[in-house]
This record gives sequence, C-alpha cells and structure tokens, in this order.
Amino acid sequence: MLRSPQLFISLFVFLMSSVAWGQQRLPVEMEDRARLLFLELRCVVCQNQSIGDSDADVAKDLREIVREQMIQGKTNQEIRDFLVIRYGEFILLKPVFAWHTVLLWGAPLFLLLIGGVLVWRAGRGRTNRLSSIDTSLSDQEKAELDQIIGRETN
Amino acid sequence: MIVELGHFALVLAFSLAVLQSVLPLWGTVSNNNRLMATADTSSIGILFFVTAAFASLMWSYAVSDFSVVNVWQNSHSQMPFLYKLTGTWGNHEGSMLLWVFILALFAAAVSMFGANLPNKLRANVQVVQAWMLATFLLFILVTSNPFARQPAAVEGQDLNPILQDIGLAIHPPMLYLGYVGFSITFAFAIAALMEGRLDSAWARWVRPWAMIAWTFLTAGIAMGSYWAYYELGWGGWWFWDPVENASFLPWLSGTALLHSALVMEKRDALKIWTVLLAILTFSLSLLGTFLVRSGVLTSVHTFASDPSRGLFILAILCAFVGGALFLFVLRSSKLEEGGLFAPVSREGALVFNNVILSAAAATVLIGTLYPVIYEAITDDKISVGAPFFNLSFGLVMIPLLIAIPFGPLLSWKRGDLLGIGQRLLFALGVAIAATIAIGVSIEGGPWLAPIGIGLSVWLMVGSFAELVQRAGFRKVDFSTSIRRLKGLPRSVWSTAFAHFGIGVTLFGIVAVTAFETETIASMKPDQTVQSGKFVLRYDGDISTVGPNYSERGANFSILRDGELVGVARPSKRFFPARQMPTSEASIHTFGFSQLYVALGDVEEGGAVTVRIWWKPFITLIWLGCVVMVIAGSFSLSDRRLRIGAPQKRKKKKKGESVAA
Repeated sequence: MLRSPQLFISLFVFLMSSVAWGQQRLPVEMEDRARLLFLELRCVVCQNQSIGDSDADVAKDLREIVREQMIQGKTNQEIRDFLVIRYGEFILLKPVFAWHTVLLWGAPLFLLLIGGVLVWRAGRGRTNRLSSIDTSLSDQEKAELDQIIGRETN
Repeated sequence: MIVELGHFALVLAFSLAVLQSVLPLWGTVSNNNRLMATADTSSIGILFFVTAAFASLMWSYAVSDFSVVNVWQNSHSQMPFLYKLTGTWGNHEGSMLLWVFILALFAAAVSMFGANLPNKLRANVQVVQAWMLATFLLFILVTSNPFARQPAAVEGQDLNPILQDIGLAIHPPMLYLGYVGFSITFAFAIAALMEGRLDSAWARWVRPWAMIAWTFLTAGIAMGSYWAYYELGWGGWWFWDPVENASFLPWLSGTALLHSALVMEKRDALKIWTVLLAILTFSLSLLGTFLVRSGVLTSVHTFASDPSRGLFILAILCAFVGGALFLFVLRSSKLEEGGLFAPVSREGALVFNNVILSAAAATVLIGTLYPVIYEAITDDKISVGAPFFNLSFGLVMIPLLIAIPFGPLLSWKRGDLLGIGQRLLFALGVAIAATIAIGVSIEGGPWLAPIGIGLSVWLMVGSFAELVQRAGFRKVDFSTSIRRLKGLPRSVWSTAFAHFGIGVTLFGIVAVTAFETETIASMKPDQTVQSGKFVLRYDGDISTVGPNYSERGANFSILRDGELVGVARPSKRFFPARQMPTSEASIHTFGFSQLYVALGDVEEGGAVTVRIWWKPFITLIWLGCVVMVIAGSFSLSDRRLRIGAPQKRKKKKKGESVAA
C-alpha cells in the first residue's frame, strides 16, 4: 500500500515552499477548525491514528497542508476532496456516505429495525399463544385435581 | 531440560484433553456414570500439566534462556525482573499458552464446583470444554510452539518497549480471564442444546460464571484503556482500534447475556435467546482473540504471510462458531419458552436492553470488519475510524442510557411506566438542573456537552431510585428505611452501583471530550507557557541511562497562581535492541482531572516541543469502570450464590443416600 506517500508529500511541501516548516499559526477560530478536521484524517503510515494524534513526519506535513488550505479559504469539504484525490478514501477516518458504504452506515438503523420487528413478532406470537391456550381443564385433569384437594369423585 | 519437560507436559495435557473429549460423551450416551466421572479427574490433570508447561516457559524467561527461540525473540538479559516474567505472554506463543492455561483453569473449576450439577449436564459441559482444550493445545503444538530451541544466543532481541510496563502484568491476564471466562457459558449452552433440556437451574448456574467473566473483562478493558492513555503518550484513552473493538464486542454481548439470563432465571422466558447470546459472546471472544493474534484486523496481508496459523485459526473459528450455530438451529426449537409478559414490564425492559446492546455490538463488528472485507472484494482501501464509531455507536446507545434507570423499577410481567416516571422525577429534576447549569456556564460552547452531562447525572442519580423505593424513604421512619436497605439482597445493590458506574464513566467521557484543552509550545529553558489555569516553566534537560534504554527527559515546574504545585518530567526513551523510541508522558492528577504533559522533538537551538493537555474529570472514565467491577464482585457474594448452592448439594446427597 505504501505507494511512497512520504516522497509525494515532501515533494508537495517543497513545491509550496512558502509554507514554513515550523508550527504555522492560524487565527484562533481557524486553528480550532483545523484541529477538529485533523481528527477525521488518518495518518497514512500509522496504525489507526489521526493526524491530530500522531507525531509522525507524514502527519506533521499533512497538518501543514490542511492549515495552508484553510488560509487559502477552502472549506472542510474541499480540503477532504483534495486529500482524497491524493491519498484515496483511506485517509478519511469517517467514511463518506455513498453506495459502497451504504451497508456500513445503514447497519445500525437496519439492525435496530430488525430487532424491533423480531421482538414485536415474538410478542404478538406470545399474545396469540396466550389467547389460544385452552385454560379449561380436561376430564383427566379435573379428576387429578379432585384427588389432590381430597374431594371424592362420586 | 525444564523447557523439554514443559513441552512434554503440553503434549500430555493434549492427550488427556483428547480422552476427555470422548470418554464422558460415551458415558452420557451409554448412561455410564463412571465414564462420565472421568472428566472430573482428567480436567484437573489437564490443568496440572498446562500449569507445568506455563511455569516452565516462565522459568526460561526468568533465567533469560536464549536457547529458547521464543525467549530470545522477546526478552533481554538487562530487563527488570518483572518485565522478564511478564514477557512470557508479551508475544504470540506465550499469550496463546496463557489463553489455554486460563481455559484449563475454568474447565477444572466446573469439575471442582460443579458437584451439584446433574451428572449428564456436567459431563456434557466438560466434554465441550475438552474439545476446546484439545483444539487449542493442538494449535499451540503444531503452529505456535513456545518451546522451540536454537543454538544459544548471547543476547535477546528485547521485549517490545511499549510492553515493558506494569500494565502487561495486569491487563492481558485480566482480559483473558474475561474472554475465556465466557467459555463456560458457551460450554453450558452447547451442553444444553445437546441434551435438549434447559431450565432456570441452568440459568442460575450460568449467571454467576457470566458475571465473573464480565467483571474481569470490564477490569481488563478499563486497565487496557488507562495503559494506552499513559503509555502511548498522545493522551487518547479509546481509539476504536480493531484490537480494542475485539475486546469490546464480547463485553457488549456479555452484558446483554447477563441481563437476559436474569429473565431466564427469574421468569423462565427468553431461553432460546439466552443460549444464542452465550454462544455469540464466546464466539466474539474467539473472533477477537484470534483475528488479533493472526493480524487479520490490521491488514489482510499479515494474515496471508503466515498461512499455516491463519488457516488453522480459520478452521477453529468455523468449527466452533459454525458448529455451535448449526446445533442451535437444529435443537433450539426443542427448548420451550415459558413466562409470558407485557411489553411494559421488567422483562420488556431487559429485552429492550438486549436489542440495543446487540445492535450496538453488530455496529462495532461491522465497522471493524468492513474495511477488511471491502479490501478483499474491491482491492481498494477505506478507513473506518473513531468519528464513525463515535457517531453510530453513540446514537444507538443513547436510548438505552436514557432507559437504564427505568429498568430496575419496573415490576415483572406488567409494569406501570407512569408510576415509575413519578419515582424518577427527582433524578430528572437534578439532571435538568445540571444541564442548565452547564449550558449557562459555557455560553455557546459545544451544545452537546450540557445534554451529555445531564444524561450522565440522570444515570447516576436515577440508578439509586430502586434503593430509595425499596427502602421506603419518607414513607416509613428513617431507621426502618436504613434497616430495610441493609436487608436488601446484594444483587439489588450491585445493580444500582453498576448502573451508577456507567453514569460516572459517561460523565468523564463527556467532560473530557467537550472541555479538554490542548496547548502545543516550543520552549527554551526558563520560558513559560500558559495552559488553562496552569503555567509551566521549562527548567532544562536531564539525560539518564536505564537498564536497557537511554532516556532524555525535560523538567517543567507546574505553577498555579504563582505557586509551585508539581514538577512534570516527561521524557523520550530509546531502546537500542529494537531501535525503538517510546514517549513517557508526565501525568499529574488534580481532583478527578489530570494535567498530561508529553515531550515532542528537540528543535534547533535547544528548544523542545511540548504538548500539554488539561483533561477535566478524565479519571472518572476509569473510576466508573472500577465501580462496575466492584458491583460485579459484590453481586457474586450474594447470599443466594454463597448459600444456595451448597444447600442444594446437601439435599441431593441426602436424596442419593436414601436411594442407595
């Protein structure tokens, strides 16, 4: 899977050499927005870490890319699209909602519905059973009962 | 020599397990009590030999015998002694042996404490356990032998530095006691299906074992979460990592099992469902343990890289899970459902609990496996990470969290929702007050935070409504209420506290998610940085050398209102044997909150990067789990469990002697 993203990023960052290497300071509101977005983006070489959590160089570079794009006035969605073109959907920790993820996103609701229907059907079956149960005693049961409570039959 | 004895003991254990897989089964078919009773002896024998094998592996770790491949790969002569010992299970082979050791422990437990079980049921349970033991012992012997030898090496390759921590001593054994503990409920479920018989005595037996497993699993997961929090050095406490999900799945279905077994024990209803949950819970344990062990979850490719192990695991999974489910489909119709109830009733509430927990578990399962399956089909990679799980799992769970305080108040068969609502008015009032108070104080902050806090307060206060009701406060005089409280069954107390614990954990989660602050600064000596109400001053570097690592630390004075309240000393360690760095965060606890300081890189000109987090109420996340664990243990000490069982045995013995 490592289609040398590091190489790509360093090239990219080199091209945008106006970006300082250190921590780029954004206006407070924009920095807050950036940090929230960081948590949605995967550090592509780490094991299940977002770029907001990772110390890896790739994550640092990606953070700078996101900040730079924010300065350029791009929206979160535009930044996501930009990164998906370069790294594939793998970079999105929150998968897009589309046909190929419909099973994933739809699963919780679908499962709750199924559970609800099953419970409802079981409940209905139970009430049917309850009403269909013949509660009157058979002759034999009556005889047994009489015996138990000590009443002489005849 | 000791290593070879260990290997030999493992082979003997396997042979005994094979015997136990057959003889008692033959006994149940031919009604031969003596054949059935052989399992009581053989399971103790298996435990003895597996213990011997485990001890001998531990011994070779203790003395750093690098002629054993496994020790050479995962240990180092200069490591602290504790880590040498815990390194026994800090690798694939050793952790599999620990797994089987605990399986043998639980199998022997049925022999030792199961004297009051019907002979046939006990024999069948022991047979199922023997199948598992034999399979996993074979797996170890064939694909993961920890006792393989090599020409002796001078020095080991060291244990993964992240594992060189006290956490390794506690977390895996706890987690495995939880995982494998559910093997008993699984064995009971299969035995019941084999016999086609299932009554509330079965549930009375299964519930305490499920409770033991659940308690250990809760402790193990919480411990793992705290370990990751302080060890990994970026302040996260739950990552929705596939490995974590693998342990969380059996917890979810195990929690559902505890609740449905309650219905079965008390009301003789939900039998089929309880059996299915018992099967599913251990299946998820199996799936979790082995998908993690085989590496399937991190990437499909590691799976293929060791085909013998991977295929063996797949075969085990198919045989046990598939076989169990097949048996379930075949036989479950034989089990009769009893106990009718109205939708609004204690049973109804517990069904609601089960539906939500199952849906939540399935959501996590699908989210965990989706990328793997997707990649296998399309060869494209997608990620399913924390943002997905937070959203979907959170939304599924919210109705359940709201409903928790109602459950214990509802009466069996038919409940009165309105009347219960009145009893919960106080809790509702406190929760609303908390929501408003938080909402006003943060002025336009995250709007979900006050609602989340309100929900957790609702849970914490509402959990005690049953105690208040049963004590009859304000209806009878105070001393009578206290006396009633003391007289309540322990299970009532533990229900209240377990639910309270969930509220506490939720409070911590919401507070830290919404109000955490993070400060990143690049500092030179004597510079200060403000983080929340604290000021940190960088006092300079200290470099030290540990037994098997070198360490570079930085000293920070923590000041509050100009006064020194602590010294933070975060550091970076470097382990030459594995060429791996680790980050040691410095954590200071103030009340329930923590100040978390982690060291970044050294920049040119002697400045260091430092990340400082203020984590409000974060310890409540784990303290809530501690409360749940205490509640679980307390429930196990319930009178009915302590006294009920031996009494029953006495009666039975009398009956037998009369018959004789």
